[in-house]
Parts: sequence; C-alpha cells; structure tokens
Amino acid sequence: MAETHNMQDLHHQAAVASKVYVQRDYNSGTICRFQTKFPSELESRVDRQQFEETMQTLNNLYAEAEKIGGKSYLEGCLACMTAYTIFLCMETHYEKVLKKIARFIKEQNEKIYAPLGLLLTDPIERGLRVVEITIFEDRSIGSGR
Amino acid sequence: IITRTHRRKWQIFPGRNRFYCNGRVMMARQTGVFYLTLVLIMVTSGLFFAFDCPFLASNLTPAIPVIGGVLFVFVLGMLFRASFSDPGVLPRATPDEAADLERQIDGANGPSGPGYRPPPRIREVVINGQTVKLKYCFTCKIFRPPRASHCSLCDNCVERFDHHCPWVGNCVGKRNYRFFYLFVLSLSFLTVFIFAFVITHVILRSNRTGFLSALKDSPVVVCFFSVWSIMGLSGFHTYLISSNQTTNEDIKGSWSTKRAKDNYNPYSYGNILTNCCAALCGILDNLFISSSSLPFLLFSSFSSISLLPPPSLSFLLHLSPSSSLPSISLPFLLFSPSSSLPCLLSSSSSLPPGAAGSLVVRICRSATEQGS
Repeated sequence: MAETHNMQDLHHQAAVASKVYVQRDYNSGTICRFQTKFPSELESRVDRQQFEETMQTLNNLYAEAEKIGGKSYLEGCLACMTAYTIFLCMETHYEKVLKKIARFIKEQNEKIYAPLGLLLTDPIERGLRVVEITIFEDRSIGSGR
Repeated sequence: IITRTHRRKWQIFPGRNRFYCNGRVMMARQTGVFYLTLVLIMVTSGLFFAFDCPFLASNLTPAIPVIGGVLFVFVLGMLFRASFSDPGVLPRATPDEAADLERQIDGANGPSGPGYRPPPRIREVVINGQTVKLKYCFTCKIFRPPRASHCSLCDNCVERFDHHCPWVGNCVGKRNYRFFYLFVLSLSFLTVFIFAFVITHVILRSNRTGFLSALKDSPVVVCFFSVWSIMGLSGFHTYLISSNQTTNEDIKGSWSTKRAKDNYNPYSYGNILTNCCAALCGILDNLFISSSSLPFLLFSSFSSISLLPPPSLSFLLHLSPSSSLPSISLPFLLFSPSSSLPCLLSSSSSLPPGAAGSLVVRICRSATEQGS
C-alpha cells in the first residue's frame, strides 16, 4: 500500500508536536460514541465544521455496528446453532463495520488531515477508548505523496 | 531504511494473562481449576458413554447417545470458547494518553468553585437519567468505562466485567459472556440428561436383576449436587441476562432499590426479550488487538475439541451465593486452590466456611463399596 507507506513515512519524518485525545461520550450508555466537542488545540489546524462532521460520521458508523435488530438476532441464533463455528467462514456484522470504519479513517486521513499535518488513529487500536489525533510540527511537508 | 521488529501485542501485554498457540489462546494465570473442570466433564461423560449408553441404546433408543454426544461436544466447545477468548480486556493507556489524562486531572484540582464537584479521579456521567461514577484505574491509567471493572487476578480492566471464573480459567466479560452462559446452560442440560438416564438405566436393570445387582453392573455417576448447582447457576445467569445486569452489579447491589428509592438499572432496555437479545446476540468481535497492525487472534476458531471433563458443580460454586441461588454445600471447596477463592469472592459475601461437602462425583463400581 503506497499510501500507507507514505503515511508512515510522514509519521517518521515529521516531528510530533503533540497529541490530542477525544474521549468517549458515555451519556448515551455503553454504546460507542465519541465526544463531538471541538478540541481547542486543533483551532488553528482544521476547520471546526469538518472535524465535527468526521466525528459525527464516525459515531454513526459505530451506532450502525452495534445496532441490535432482527438481523443481529438471526445472526446470533445461527451462530449458536452451529456452535459458533459459522464464524470460521463468515465475519460478524460488527467486524464488517469495523473494517468500514478503518477504511473511512484512512480515507479521511489521506484526503483531509494529512495535508494539514494531522493524523487520526483508528480508535480500535486504543481499545475504543479514545480517538488519538497526532499533531505534527508545522513544516511544509507537502501533500505527503 | 527503517526496520521495525514486529512484536506481537500479546508478547508485550502488560497484564497477568497467559497466551498459547501464538497468541490465539488467552487465559488467566492460574489454570489448574480449568483442567479439573475438563477432567470432571470428561470422566463423567466418558463413564456415561461407556457404561450406560450401550444398554440404553439397545434397550430404549440409539438417539440417547447421539443427543448426549451432541450436548457433550457443544458443552466442550462453549467451554473452550469461554476459556480461551479475550473477555473484553481494555488496553492500558499509552504514556502520552496517561500524561494527557494526568494533566486534565491536575487541571481539575484548581480552586474549589461554588457547588459540588466530584473528586478529580472520579467522573460523573448521567446515563438514562441515572448518575454513574466512572473511576480512574491507577494500574491501567484510564477512566474505566461504565460497567468495566479491574480484575486483580488478571491485572486488567475488563469491559462489562461479570466475574473471574477459576473453573473456566478466565474472566467473564463482554466478549465471552455469551459463551460462558451457553456453557453453563448446556452443561445443566447435559448433567440432567446424564443423571436422568443413569437413573433410568439402574431402574431398568433392577427390574430384571434386582437393585443391588444393577448398581453393581453399572457404575453410577452421582452428580446430584452438581445438577442442582449448575441449574441454579444457569437460572441465576438467565435472571441476570433478562434484567441486563452483571454478576458484579448484582452482588454489589448497584441498581437495587435498597440503595436509593429511585435506583434503577440504566442499561436495561425495559423488556426481557431485548435484554436477552442484547446480551446474547450483540457485538461479537475479536478483541482490541484485532487492529490491522498487529494481528492478535483471540480464539476466533475452535482448536481441538478436547476433553474437558465437566466440572459440573464447581461452576456453580464459584458464584457467591446471591438471593436467587439455592444454598448448597460447596464441595468445590475441596478442589479449588485457596488462592483463587479470596480474589474471586472479594466483592461477594462469604461462603459458608465449614463447607467440607461431599465429593462431587462419586463413582461406585459396586454397591458394596459404598457400604450400602
């Protein structure tokens, strides 16, 4: 993956100025939701609207992953009847959405955040506790390609 | 050229868990009782299949050993899945994250303003109208999510922490609760099944050859206490699932009206079916280490379905008696290592101290040995 390689190079070549952590929002219970409040450290770097949109989409994706409905019930019953061996062949709905989230974050990083010298870390790498945003020093790095 | 030595996450895992099969299997540090569980299940079932099934298959129906076999395989499968998978361990905070949190906590330690402010290492959050306190974990350096708890045996914070089960050799938490529940449920079916058909066998035989002779010809696996214990445990967990509580919350009485008149469980969906669906058919993922960078498979597939004797009774016992469990003598005390007891039951009421109890499984080859 050329792009990932370049992202990693960016990570190593640029100096990390600081890291911002967006914590979980537990006001709706234990569902996975991150705070959409705009961190003050990013004031100068990224457009508030853009950031809030990213976070909102992320929250929506997690809500979709954790949705309990007829489909998840069927999946659960099928899994139980096959003693969970069915997951040797297929992915759970949650895992599918997690992959979708990983793609979304990668795409957001490439298109929006990397040019601004920021990097969003997939929350799954931090156990879904925080969204870690790495702020790189403001040099003229270019578009990172 | 940047070279990175790829170390698997399980190799640098800071908790007290043990990993096998290249990170695919994750268990607690003390696994002795787990092997006991395995031995008990296998011995009981093995004796049943060896001695009772031939008679029953020929005299009643061959469906009996088949059903027994299916149940047995299911029980083992669920046991392995519950024992070997990640219960929902929360990864510890990275040094940067910990430092950031410390700064926030120190910041909150400013001059006291008007009104009530909770202590800095506690955050209050309102969930569904109920105020929940989130505590700061000094070991993991994070604020614990609601329903998470730190297991002192495994030295991890576990999401939706239910309890640490020595019989299963692992914590029971968000990711493996359904396997644990299915294990206990299927084990109760298995023990009832075995018990019923052993009795049937003895009765049928005694019709022909007399009672004592019948007992002599078939080794009787007496798992009477275990049947009640396990059934009690599965009943208890069914209650917990239908009210969307964890064992931890039930024992502490977190949502009990005895604490406060208007106390209620904010996580409950209101109706039993939704609660059950949420607990059993909710998220099933492969643990925080399923990130792309370092594959850390936590038992996503079954390895060998080996024998694990059914530690039938024991299961029940590890659960400290709550109101819904029948109080039974705890023979497991004979087996469980003393170290696991205090930790497991640290938050629960104490077990009857003199519970010497009888042996869980008594196998009598002949009635005379029993002195009957």
